[in-house]
Amino acid sequence: MANKVAVYRKEHFNAAHRLANPTWTDAENARVFGKCALPHYHGHNYELIVKVSGFPDPATGYVIDMKILSDLIQQEIVERFDHRNLNLDTLEFATLNPTAENIAIVIFDLLRPHLDNKLDLQIRLYETPRNFVEYPA
Amino acid sequence: MVYLTRIEHFNAAHRLLNPNWTPEMNESVFGKCANKNWHGHNFELSVTIKGKPDPDTGFIFDAKKLSVIIRERVIDKLDHRNLNLDVDFMKDKLCSIENLVTGIWNELAPSLPVQVKLHCIKLVETPRIYVEYYGE
Repeated sequence: MANKVAVYRKEHFNAAHRLANPTWTDAENARVFGKCALPHYHGHNYELIVKVSGFPDPATGYVIDMKILSDLIQQEIVERFDHRNLNLDTLEFATLNPTAENIAIVIFDLLRPHLDNKLDLQIRLYETPRNFVEYPA
Repeated sequence: MVYLTRIEHFNAAHRLLNPNWTPEMNESVFGKCANKNWHGHNFELSVTIKGKPDPDTGFIFDAKKLSVIIRERVIDKLDHRNLNLDVDFMKDKLCSIENLVTGIWNELAPSLPVQVKLHCIKLVETPRIYVEYYGE
């Protein structure tokens, strides 16, 4: 087969966060991050689209078993982040600012080791219906 | 009768708990929604008014003016806030979307012009969960 096929799995998680640089003053954080720096947190329904690309296995016709991919995302991502406060409840964002950009990178890094090297991985993360990021770009 | 809906949105944190219960009881009833460090949602708010179109404008009410009222009375209080901690009309209330939608109705209804009848408020918490309130 000449071309790879991309398969996509959508999952979601609902989480609280706030954006701030801990080395800055409150005024500087408010200036740069605006409402996103408010001290009592706010939240989002994050929508995650995981794209895996590869050549279908001749024996199964799969690039990857979507049930396996779904279980992996649930285990590595949703169970870590769903109904959590990203700043307070997660190791990954204890010191890393939980922007959509950084969350996408973290998600990539959490999933990548569990996928065969022959497969390409890309993360698309919607923070709101109008704002989303992709990694790698 | 014609029904006009204006849709706005806000992103907020909250948690579900009954302050009279133990943490174990709250977790048993509310599950993950009781996380003491909050979780959050992109909420979508639909405000529906009803009436007969004005013969001069064709409007029940100017949807841009309705948007300004919703933003001033509701969205500015809720967006990027913690619903349990930051919202005056949710103080001492359990922070379910059922209670939130009635609180929003009570904020909006008195702020609308006399000629505008509020029909329904729909509050979407997630793509699979929403509430509607008709003021009854």
